[in-house]
Amino acid sequence: MSTLTDPPKDSFRLSMLINDTRYRSLTFQALAFLAMALSFWYLGNNLVANLRAAGLNINFGFLGDTAGYDISQKLVEYSNQDSHSSAAFVGLLNTLLVAFLACITATVFGVVAGVLRLSKNWLVSKLMAFYVEIFRNIPVLIWIIIIFTIMTAFMPAPRAFRGDNATATMVFDAFAFTNRGIYTPLPWFSRGIFESQTLNWVLVLLVACGSWFAARRVNVWATAKQEETGERPNTLSMLLGIWLVPFVILMLIMGLSWEYPALKGFNFQGGIKVGGPLIALWFALSIYTGAFIAENVRAGIQAVSKGQTEAAAALGLRPSKVMNLVVLPQALRIIIPPLISQYLNITKNSSLAIVVGYADITATLGGITLNQTGRAIECVLLLMAFYLTASLLISLVMNVYNASVKLKER
Amino acid sequence: MTDQTTNSIAFVADGNIPQSPPPARETGAVKWIRANLFSSWGNSLLTIAAGLVIYMVLSGAVPWMWNGVWTTSSLSECREVLAGEVGACFSVLSERWNQLLFGFQYPSDQYWRPTLAFLLLFVAGAPVLFFDLPRKLLAFTAIYPFLAFYLIWGGTLMAPIVAFLGVAAAAFVFQTYGKGSFALGFFGAIIAAFAVWFVGGALIPEGASEEAMLQAVPSRDLGGFMLNLMLGVTCVSLSVPLGIALALGRQSNMPLIKWICIIFIEFVRGVPLITLLFVASVMLSYFFPPDSTVDLFLRVVIMITMFSAAYIAEVIRGGLAALPKGQYEAADSLGLDYPQAMRLIILPQALKISIPGIVNVAVGLFKDTTLVSVISMFDLVGMIRGPILASTEWAGVYWELLGAAALLFFVVCYGISQYSQWLERRLATDHH
Amino acid sequence: MSELAIEREIDRTKMSVSDEVAIQITGMNKWYGQFHVLRDINLTVNRGERIVIAGPSGSGKSTMIRCLNALEEHQEGQIIVDGTELTSDLKNIDKIRSEVGMCFQHFNLFPHLTILENCTLAPIWVRKTAKKEAEELAMHFLEKVKIPEQAHKYPGMLSGGQQQRVAIARSLCMKPRIMLFDEPTSALDPEMIKEVLDTMIELAEEGMTMLCVTHEMGFARQVANRVIFMADGQIVEQNEPEEFFNNPQSERTQQFLSQILGH
Repeated sequence: MSTLTDPPKDSFRLSMLINDTRYRSLTFQALAFLAMALSFWYLGNNLVANLRAAGLNINFGFLGDTAGYDISQKLVEYSNQDSHSSAAFVGLLNTLLVAFLACITATVFGVVAGVLRLSKNWLVSKLMAFYVEIFRNIPVLIWIIIIFTIMTAFMPAPRAFRGDNATATMVFDAFAFTNRGIYTPLPWFSRGIFESQTLNWVLVLLVACGSWFAARRVNVWATAKQEETGERPNTLSMLLGIWLVPFVILMLIMGLSWEYPALKGFNFQGGIKVGGPLIALWFALSIYTGAFIAENVRAGIQAVSKGQTEAAAALGLRPSKVMNLVVLPQALRIIIPPLISQYLNITKNSSLAIVVGYADITATLGGITLNQTGRAIECVLLLMAFYLTASLLISLVMNVYNASVKLKER
Repeated sequence: MTDQTTNSIAFVADGNIPQSPPPARETGAVKWIRANLFSSWGNSLLTIAAGLVIYMVLSGAVPWMWNGVWTTSSLSECREVLAGEVGACFSVLSERWNQLLFGFQYPSDQYWRPTLAFLLLFVAGAPVLFFDLPRKLLAFTAIYPFLAFYLIWGGTLMAPIVAFLGVAAAAFVFQTYGKGSFALGFFGAIIAAFAVWFVGGALIPEGASEEAMLQAVPSRDLGGFMLNLMLGVTCVSLSVPLGIALALGRQSNMPLIKWICIIFIEFVRGVPLITLLFVASVMLSYFFPPDSTVDLFLRVVIMITMFSAAYIAEVIRGGLAALPKGQYEAADSLGLDYPQAMRLIILPQALKISIPGIVNVAVGLFKDTTLVSVISMFDLVGMIRGPILASTEWAGVYWELLGAAALLFFVVCYGISQYSQWLERRLATDHH
Repeated sequence: MSELAIEREIDRTKMSVSDEVAIQITGMNKWYGQFHVLRDINLTVNRGERIVIAGPSGSGKSTMIRCLNALEEHQEGQIIVDGTELTSDLKNIDKIRSEVGMCFQHFNLFPHLTILENCTLAPIWVRKTAKKEAEELAMHFLEKVKIPEQAHKYPGMLSGGQQQRVAIARSLCMKPRIMLFDEPTSALDPEMIKEVLDTMIELAEEGMTMLCVTHEMGFARQVANRVIFMADGQIVEQNEPEEFFNNPQSERTQQFLSQILGH
């Protein structure tokens, strides 16, 4: 809209509030602000009146009280004598754990299914289309319940592994699939450099990071060499060495051992226990979201026009090079943004944990803590704040990625 | 080829080469199988693996379904009839179908009411979903919400009539004054509607629901798959106008309005639906006037509508962004004002390209209505997990029940997404 | 663009310029951020003038005519169109927009409306004309641009040249006193340019005040009474077409003409 240089000040009329483009938007915004302030005042008034009638107030002090409930699946030390806030923290870590695991497996499922759906093999591509349609069109809640039912109602109980006429056996004497969860061997260090196992694992992680940097250096070197001479040196053996040698040496020094789960009394002891609820949630989220990711992958690959492939082939590139140098870089640009929003969906859908009794943050803070303390408003607000933070962080990653790959166009 | 042996440049075709079939090795079933299933070593392996998967699934499922028992009255009877053989116990469906579809409290002699409402939904939805149908059918679409309300909840006929008259008055005022000034028409319509509702509400006699023609059914008695459908249809239709408003607000060049919309949209999209349902079940009633009673169904509708409005707003924003800037400029240069340009030029086009996206949101939302079982509403999943699996007769009948629920959702969601794909293809080839 | 021969006789009898001022621009400046797109534009257009604005791309010629109906806002200076000053007052903007018709490079027809609906939309909603009357008016102008038989088709079914003629008819339905053309033939195939130019010539023959941003130098030579050359956001040179083409004064004009005409 048009504005002019300073109009004479004395000519201001009330009608200009509506008719003049300079004031018009201010008028509307003032009205909108007024309407909003009024409705907030109304809602706040109701809230205060209702809370007073119920004898409540808004107070986060309850977070320091003793929680009094147990959590079986936990990543950090916790007992029922700890506070509600530590229970919420256990739940928070559990949410992050299941979201992280599900993101990885969903990506694997999705990429495999998406690529196979484009396969020239008629049967396989139809099978994958079937997978995608079946899983996309049935609520994830039903999938969680179905898989949880398989876990609890159809897996043998630990006592079935007992005695001479046991009806169930452990796989390789190391893995036990029971209706309480899956037991796997636990790796640990007998001659650890540090006292604490956790610190030893941090060391392993550091070594892996070192290998990763070294591998990058090798790639940079190989590219430089290729640019200089035209020949790319074969780096496969070098990379293998960089990844494996330090790792193996470290494991030998620290004496890697395995603790196997064993049946003691009515249950398995030792090893790692992955609880049935975690598995149900993890697997259901992965396979459900995998169907969506498969569609994204397929759309991404198909969106790279046939012309691009043909142009690359006409330049004499081999099919594998066409894929790596021309199709994938373009397809990834299309695939990754929806992929990240699928990760966001996984994080949000992990709140369905409450249905199978997996102690994520919704089940602890929004479930048991809320019911025990009656602090509905505080709990729900904290819960929303957590998910909102997680979403904003994931969106931030997405924006950074989008900005970095944006096609350099005018 | 015709005679081209002479080495001259000039050539004129002296006839037409007729169509002929391709060589025999290029057709037929064998050729198809070889090309599509066994074209290479790896491909053959894939085919065999896929065949194995299919065999395993079918060999488990087919006998189970084939031996299914439909007529017993409990799981233990099923086991007796099957006598150790593999077989499904579908009797739970034939005995409890009414609970799965309508919940366990809806009066069973009134099942025809929601059923009729469901069938009429197709008539009401058709003109919205298929542009080729006569526009006059939209009149029925306008009446449908009130009719469906009356059919499902029953009670006094006055309530839906007053509600309808209010909306009709609003539409009339908007038609009359909206052409001159949008603001006048818009706010006039709101005032007219509230005036009619206020007067009409006062006219409905106390206790009219008791001697009504159709027995009144309270919201808490609704359940089963009907509840999922009702939540889905209601919330999606309510959230489309809200989504349009939010999308336009987000595009606005007034910073305050723009930021209100952005914060609302991003907030709602950033939290899981389940937390919003918690708000509906434990928190929302604190925000209503102290002496009011807003039932859980309505509170859930409010929250789910807000939820889907945020997603629909993003879809419509995409549609608005896809319109060329020239459309806005042409509208401006003809002297149309903002409401006119939006109503006549921008929104008709933007909404049309947004429909497939809106349908996808609707499918997602419909699936998400199952979450209400978490806040102890007895929708389809809530019925299965609650009353049916907890009953002594049917404890342990997992596959039959969950399979039936999955099938119901699949049929509806797959149907809608097929429609959406059909529409997308049609819009792609459309001239207008 | 090349010089396009216009074969038919052009009737210049009605193409007279009156003394009445249609548009007056004084000291107009405009910036896009830091970029000074229009620099001290002064221009007076009398009623009945046919002005062609030429110049290299990015010279601000489109921006200038878009300022005339407030599609772009200017930051400094005064624009008076038909006696109404273009201020931030919506009433003035609306008045000017209903007096000034505009045709765009990409036609900008409304693809969801039929040709007839495209033409009747603004008369019905802005001028508040009765529908029947608006349709008669629309058919009158569609006949004038020689496509009445397409009235019930949708824009997507028409060729580019036909679409541009509909766009002209759509503007005419508002009975504008001034027409602005923003590169009306640039998006057209060569064989369609002529039909659009013919329509524009007819308009000129009826005495319409016209401002055209165009590269059609044949049109400029035969129809325009004044050619304005713009570069770097300034009016560099303006003259009668004969003088302008045969005897350009500024170096930038000479360079531009040699690029556009010389092959």
